Amino acid sequence: MKGLIYKEVDDLIIDSLGIVAFISFFVGGVVSMQTALNLTNSFIPKYLIGYATRQSVILEFAPTFMSIIMAGKMGSFITSSIGSMRVTEQIDALEVMGVNSLNYLVFPKIIALLLYPFLVGIGMFLGITGGYIATVYGGFGNSIDFIDGLQRDFIPFHVVYAFTKTFIFGMLLATIPSFHGFYMKGGALEVGKASTVSFVWTSVTIILLNYIITQLLLTK
Amino acid sequence: MIEIKNIEKSFGGVKILKGVSCVFEAGKTNLIIGQSGSGKTVLLKSLLGIHTPEMGTISFDGRIYSDLSADEKREIRTEIGMLFQGSALFDSMTVSENVGFPLRMFTNDSSAKIQKRVDFVLERVNLVGAHKKLPSEISGGMQKRVAIARAIVNNPKYLFCDEPNSGLDPNTAILIDNLIREITEEYNITTVVNTHDMNSVMEIGDHILFLKNGLKAWEGTKEEIFLTENEAIVEFVYSSELFKKVREAYLKG
Ligand SMILES: Nc1ncnc2c1ncn2[C@@H]1O[C@H](COP(=O)(O)OP(=O)(O)OP(=O)(O)O)[C@@H](O)[C@H]1O
Ligand SMILES: [Mg+2]
Repeated sequence: MKGLIYKEVDDLIIDSLGIVAFISFFVGGVVSMQTALNLTNSFIPKYLIGYATRQSVILEFAPTFMSIIMAGKMGSFITSSIGSMRVTEQIDALEVMGVNSLNYLVFPKIIALLLYPFLVGIGMFLGITGGYIATVYGGFGNSIDFIDGLQRDFIPFHVVYAFTKTFIFGMLLATIPSFHGFYMKGGALEVGKASTVSFVWTSVTIILLNYIITQLLLTK
Repeated sequence: MIEIKNIEKSFGGVKILKGVSCVFEAGKTNLIIGQSGSGKTVLLKSLLGIHTPEMGTISFDGRIYSDLSADEKREIRTEIGMLFQGSALFDSMTVSENVGFPLRMFTNDSSAKIQKRVDFVLERVNLVGAHKKLPSEISGGMQKRVAIARAIVNNPKYLFCDEPNSGLDPNTAILIDNLIREITEEYNITTVVNTHDMNSVMEIGDHILFLKNGLKAWEGTKEEIFLTENEAIVEFVYSSELFKKVREAYLKG
């Protein structure tokens, strides 16, 4: 079991570090650039760039939109790897040997995705770093204003909110694609279709739950 | 010995097996033959417990499968080796890991002991020097041999093979067939093989069950199959010119 979990951590988490870092860094940069470009009125304080970057990266970009991207990357990987085991009778082989195949295949993925908040945490950090670099080195504002914005009106509960939903999205990423792969029927072509369907359902579920969680946790 | 009585199985209201009874003895290669769609795989998967028949009983050396507790069913499954049509090797594992998998899952043997057993069965199926390769890196015939090795690594009492030589060249097909028969005799396994290959019938047909329209249409040995006047058999076997000639030659002596 240990070996299986390590393998899933490697395939799902470690393998996603690069893309998460890349996307977060540049999207963070663009968010702060856009904010800066819209601050044409000189009465609006410059610290707003850091503030807006922090809020959008921590509250939505890293937890929600990164999860949608991961529904494409991890989700289609999970569905197609389990689905191809189904069509080549590898799942039947497990069952015949007396292995509980659903458990054997899905449980290690759930455990591995307990580390998903760590990935999103990296996304948050690099998103803000990207914003800082774009702002300071792009000549949109200075370092002192940006850091002032990052620290201003900081509500610790927002971090709790962000990681609560990240955790839930991680569990969705482990389970929905697994079930689409596990219960699929047919051949290689259907594996591709199952991956697409699983991506659609995973992202729709993430978006809807994001709405509900936000309603529950952030409104009074 | 496996005994099946009056097995019935339907899918979506269509009856595929309509009451099949048969005895598969130990130490013999028992073949199930029949046209594509006649229900061979459904029968084999019913024996495996992947499908549950609506009617009838399956007994493994006197143990009636449907009467057993979940633990006892699991126990029986560890006594079964299965060779799937497409080999069904785990493609993320090496040859050696594939073969050792049932031992790692179900025994507390040390890895040295498991490795020794793995080496032994791989040698038994004449496959040496492929231990570290992935299934995608070896040929179809080699994959079949790895799958046989995995199926027998646990010393099974029962061995099921679904079309073991489909997609193989005639030479390799005969090698695989003979390997299955040798292992069956050597370890006194109850072996059931699905096939529609007449070469296999001639090669290893100790006992043959012919399925047609969900019923047992004929039963006998490979010697008897040449002598029978059974219409369904004659039609099935002698649809090939080659076997027509073989039959004529055989009848002449
Ligand atoms: N899981 C299933 N659901 C519905 N119908 C099925 C299922 N499995 C088999 N069937 C039907 O049962 C019939 C017999 O199928 P089976 O696979 O046993 O044939 P077969 O004799 O093994 O043929 P082949 O030689 O082509 O492998 C077919 O008509 C098939 O459509
Ligand atoms: Mg079949």
